[in-house]
Amino acid sequence: MKLTYREAMRAAMREALQRDERVFLMGEDVGRYGGGFAVSLGLLEEFGPRRIRDTPLSEAGFVGAGIGAALGGMRPIVEIMTVNFSLLALDQIVNNAATLLHMSGGQFNVPIVIRMTTGGGRQLAAQHSHSLEGWLAHIPGLRILTPATLEDARGMLWTALEDPDPVLIFEHGSLYNVAGELADDAGPVDIDRAAVRREGADVSIITYGGTLPTALGAADALATDGIDAEVLDLRTLRPLDDAAVLATVAKTHRVVVVDEGWRSGGISAEISARITESAFYDLDAPVARVCSEEVPVPYARHLEQAALPSVERVVAAAREVVGPGG
Amino acid sequence: MTEEETAAAIARDPEHVRHLLRQMVRVRRFEEACVELYSATKIRGFLHVYIGEEAVATGVMSVLAPDDAVVATYREHGHALLRGVSANAIMAEMYGHAEGCCRGRGGSMHLFDAATRFYGGNAIVAGGLPLAVGLALADKLSGRDRVTVCFFGEGAVAEGEFHESMNLAALWDLPVLFCCENNLYAMGTALERSESQTDIALKASGYAIAAWAVDGMDVLAVEEAARRAVDAVRAGAGPHFLELRTYRFRAHSMFDPERYREKAEVERWMERDPIELLRAALETQGRLSADEWSALQHEVEEEVQAAIAFAEAGTLEPVEELTRFVYSERTAP
Repeated sequence: MKLTYREAMRAAMREALQRDERVFLMGEDVGRYGGGFAVSLGLLEEFGPRRIRDTPLSEAGFVGAGIGAALGGMRPIVEIMTVNFSLLALDQIVNNAATLLHMSGGQFNVPIVIRMTTGGGRQLAAQHSHSLEGWLAHIPGLRILTPATLEDARGMLWTALEDPDPVLIFEHGSLYNVAGELADDAGPVDIDRAAVRREGADVSIITYGGTLPTALGAADALATDGIDAEVLDLRTLRPLDDAAVLATVAKTHRVVVVDEGWRSGGISAEISARITESAFYDLDAPVARVCSEEVPVPYARHLEQAALPSVERVVAAAREVVGPGG
Repeated sequence: MTEEETAAAIARDPEHVRHLLRQMVRVRRFEEACVELYSATKIRGFLHVYIGEEAVATGVMSVLAPDDAVVATYREHGHALLRGVSANAIMAEMYGHAEGCCRGRGGSMHLFDAATRFYGGNAIVAGGLPLAVGLALADKLSGRDRVTVCFFGEGAVAEGEFHESMNLAALWDLPVLFCCENNLYAMGTALERSESQTDIALKASGYAIAAWAVDGMDVLAVEEAARRAVDAVRAGAGPHFLELRTYRFRAHSMFDPERYREKAEVERWMERDPIELLRAALETQGRLSADEWSALQHEVEEEVQAAIAFAEAGTLEPVEELTRFVYSERTAP
């Protein structure tokens, strides 16, 4: 069937609400408005206000309430409209969701799923354009998912809900309207492993989420130059699938990491460090990174485009690591 | 409570009132032992004791049912003890031992116990309030008549999470009882130096929550107010709020030089020591003989000494276990 990423996500929520009475959705404007990004459109009519709960603008309050409800035996899906607003709930995410199992000596797990939009590219300027999933991937106790494909938008949620621990799902805003074919029987997918989205032999482009289309576009462009790029979609930023990263490095010996987060202290730095630690002698060139420029994301279109990773920048970085002989 | 009301309460059920006295003495003596053990470097980290405030948790816990939930703060040894967590497990936790209620991961500020539905031990001021709202939401969605009780200090009312939680609880009509332990100081900052409106019950009323202030040094008054509130919450009357006016006799923590309050003020409050007030009332009514008082103290001392011995005999969690409980352990399919 043909559908959009948004519809795949909605189908995943509908299935979860149908399958498990303990599942409910809460967040700002998820009900009557239909979701800030229309992901939950129609769910209020189908499941009613008890399970599709509009919240006040109280990110710390309703995220904390989601954690409490999870402790109380429910399986909440908490939607934070964007990652930018999740900063108001960081206390609950970092000090409670991530720590309670450990602090309680294994007594209290927190089976919550927190979904939020991330990323820039829509001329919303700094306060609506952050990509902070790499930050949250720093925190032990959390699992960080970044669905980039229709299959993952459709399939990651149920697996996340079955996980006994807190899972954060980052949905890049530029992906919601991406349309494509999805198998009629598409269902839950694993949330442990990275996936090779394009096989290649000359250079590995490692990315996730909103920059997967960028990486694939760069691979197409490189192909016209005779450079055969492999594209690895990390899918999960915590825990990282080290084996998949090392496998692609062993295959191509050249790496470009593409990450919409900032370069300093970002997830791209972590990936690069792991490659250096475990596969240094497999490398034929230093690991390259294409990240966002270190500025708050600006409003004007040309400035914003210059700040974010682009096909051109990824192509240039890949050519650089492949070298003149490549 | 007036003298007459206290006398009537004692006459109605002297055994129960003696039980309340005993519970307060348990907390007092446990906390005194903690201070001694801290000085002896057996307990480390931050240590916040509840001495002076015992009537609050004692009165509230007394009216809860076994499957109700409790969320408390970092000054929660007494709450855990009164909720039914064993003194042994609490003391072993403070020793950082594997036999502790959190296997040495939580320490003094983060006591947890699944069996008694004791959800911490939350050391971020006001961080526990949203959790209590969520626990109550889970009960409401599941159609259970359980109550969640959330303790926090008056310092928490300056935090955004307090206001967000009040609003959510009232908006969704949740079965939660908020207990504000107003001991007048957020660490060293006096209430009137941090709040434009110092009537805390009034703030809760602003969220359309039934709220009233209670003498937190009078365990019988606390218990009566808590019973009224818990009964109402359980009956579906929505969230309730108690402001319990109390005072901590000791420093905020073991690191506090107490430069911010006058000795005379502390002494004035100590004249209203909740344990001494109740003991005197029982004696006046002829319901506590010198022998009974002595036996009560002796029994409490035995429990505390046993807890210390248990903790002393405890073992260290093997370092190989360090990274357990970051994620749940799954059994192989």
